[in-house]
Amino acid sequence: MTTPTVTGVPVETHLRARRDAGRKLLVPYVTAGVCDDWTAHLRACAEAGADAIEIGLPFSEPTVDGPTVQEASDRALHRGTSLRILLADLRTVRVDVPLIVMTYYHLVAREGLAAVCAALAEAGVRGLIVPDLPLDESAGLEQAAAGAGIDLILVAAPSSSPARLREIAQRSRGFVYAVTAMATTGERTALPATAGAYAATLKQHTDLPVLLGFGISTPDHAAAGARSADGVVVGSALMRRILDGATPADTAAFVTSLRTTLDT
Amino acid sequence: MGAITAQGLPALLPAAGLMREPGANGRFGEFGGRFVPESLIPACAEVEEAFRDAWADAGFRRDLDRLLTVYAGRPTPVTPAWRLSAELGVDVLLKREDLAHTGSHKINNVLGQALLAVRMGRTRLIAETGAGQHGVATATAAALLGLSATVFMGSKDMARQALNVHRMRLLGAEVVEVTSGSRTLKDATSEAMRHWVTCVDEAYYCIGSVMGPHPYPWMVREFQRVIGAEARAQCAAELPRAVPDYVVACVGGGSNAAGTFAGFADTGAQLVGVEAAGGAAISNGAVAVMHGHRSYAIQDGDGQILEAESIAAGLDYPGIGPEHAHLHELGRARYVTVTDAEVVDAVKRLARSEGILPALESAHAVAWVLRAAGTAELPAGSTVLITLSGRGDKDSNSLMEIQ
Repeated sequence: MTTPTVTGVPVETHLRARRDAGRKLLVPYVTAGVCDDWTAHLRACAEAGADAIEIGLPFSEPTVDGPTVQEASDRALHRGTSLRILLADLRTVRVDVPLIVMTYYHLVAREGLAAVCAALAEAGVRGLIVPDLPLDESAGLEQAAAGAGIDLILVAAPSSSPARLREIAQRSRGFVYAVTAMATTGERTALPATAGAYAATLKQHTDLPVLLGFGISTPDHAAAGARSADGVVVGSALMRRILDGATPADTAAFVTSLRTTLDT
Repeated sequence: MGAITAQGLPALLPAAGLMREPGANGRFGEFGGRFVPESLIPACAEVEEAFRDAWADAGFRRDLDRLLTVYAGRPTPVTPAWRLSAELGVDVLLKREDLAHTGSHKINNVLGQALLAVRMGRTRLIAETGAGQHGVATATAAALLGLSATVFMGSKDMARQALNVHRMRLLGAEVVEVTSGSRTLKDATSEAMRHWVTCVDEAYYCIGSVMGPHPYPWMVREFQRVIGAEARAQCAAELPRAVPDYVVACVGGGSNAAGTFAGFADTGAQLVGVEAAGGAAISNGAVAVMHGHRSYAIQDGDGQILEAESIAAGLDYPGIGPEHAHLHELGRARYVTVTDAEVVDAVKRLARSEGILPALESAHAVAWVLRAAGTAELPAGSTVLITLSGRGDKDSNSLMEIQ
């Protein structure tokens, strides 16, 4: 096996440095292949103040995702999006923030854990989120990711026991992804009141950045989430705009609005 | 249950452990597991703990046995298919799950899980359904035990199984139409899992087949084991050699097959699972992690799950339960396919030769026997037990369209 060429910006050091400098972290999500110029949306996010970018590799059975990301996944799959195309497209992308791939375990496991991690690292991806791979099943991928220089970001949930929250905080790399609510991804009218307390609990267990995700739909939600956590992930709210025809300039404007609110 | 001696079993097979409790993390060999989001881990662990506790409790077993007897109509008979046997030159026995209350084997599992839900203090059942048989069984058990029920069903299945949709609503269940993806069982399953995350404290997810995250594949097989256990004893009374040479069942997710095979795993009987040609996870698929477990599923070159295509809504599923993948890898069970055309012929043949109208799903098992009888696959003079998992009344519309 050849040693993978590691490019791209490392997740944890980058996010820690920004967090420690007093900045609230913003991670927008874009479904790979959702439109012809999807990589232009990545650049738009980076230029508008994203601290990292999450890229969804679409799977036909997105059981963790709500209607918006389901629709984005369907559209991307109909356009022929695959891991190979994602990797090829990323070769044309050079941004100064970390790239993180989010996908389902089947698409990782079928490629071979070490091989897929090496391929991602070579394409400049430095973080990986696999929401249907809980702690109990993740040891193999944690090892493969570490070997390739990729941070495997683990997901915590409001239903996680205190012992599991502690273990997730300890074993996660890059940051801890704290799901705001017992729900799928998707826009909501309000941020659950419980999100704050549980983000605070997680922060007691780890010095890693803790980011809240799922249902962060507006600049106000982002600001509210970032009061207790180190930052937020914004997925469906951005993807709804892209599905409705938003241009990269529109994406930049939305990310800027989130950035501005987080910075004030 | 007393110890059962293995008969004529190849020496390599771990007979004692086959189709018993799964290994660590709910594994059947390399298959199974609990591949769900962190949000659902506590709910799965709670179901596992509750099931272990209930299954070890004689009182729970007694309550379930009583419901199976006085409510579901068990034991179901084993009927010799006299005319068909004479025509085929093999002795065919039918395990009559079509005679169970609600018209299929699904009631066995649902009564077990509904009692468990009550024991766990839940007030609502969630279910996915393909042909509607599991949905009807869930609606029925909910009515019986004073629970509410929410059933997710693909819009394609709602159209072709309209009678079952009506039955569920008559029984007081809410039927939620699923319009994503292929609008069939796989999408209904995904939607049920998404819904479960939002209501784990109040609702119990009553999975209809031997699939999903641990403990479901194991638990559902145990609730369906009654099919195989009864058939084992009935065959012993009916057959000179006590055990049939072949045991055949249709497989979608694979619950009637798992329950049947469980009764014969430690015998010399050859186990045959019959998949729909358009949804043959083992025959045409590859290893996949989907809907909470690792097993086989049909998929494209990029790993995207393919839509199944079968005349039988209950087999219109691209995956298969993990224990079947394990039995396949061990070589303990064989998985074969039949086409929609063979299935329609099998429905007519059984109806006319025996006066039994099987469900399109169950007719898959019959169709394989019709094709294989008298060949090296199923030699003349063999004895074969077919599990007739359900009755065909629900399929009248589908069959009328074909005529």
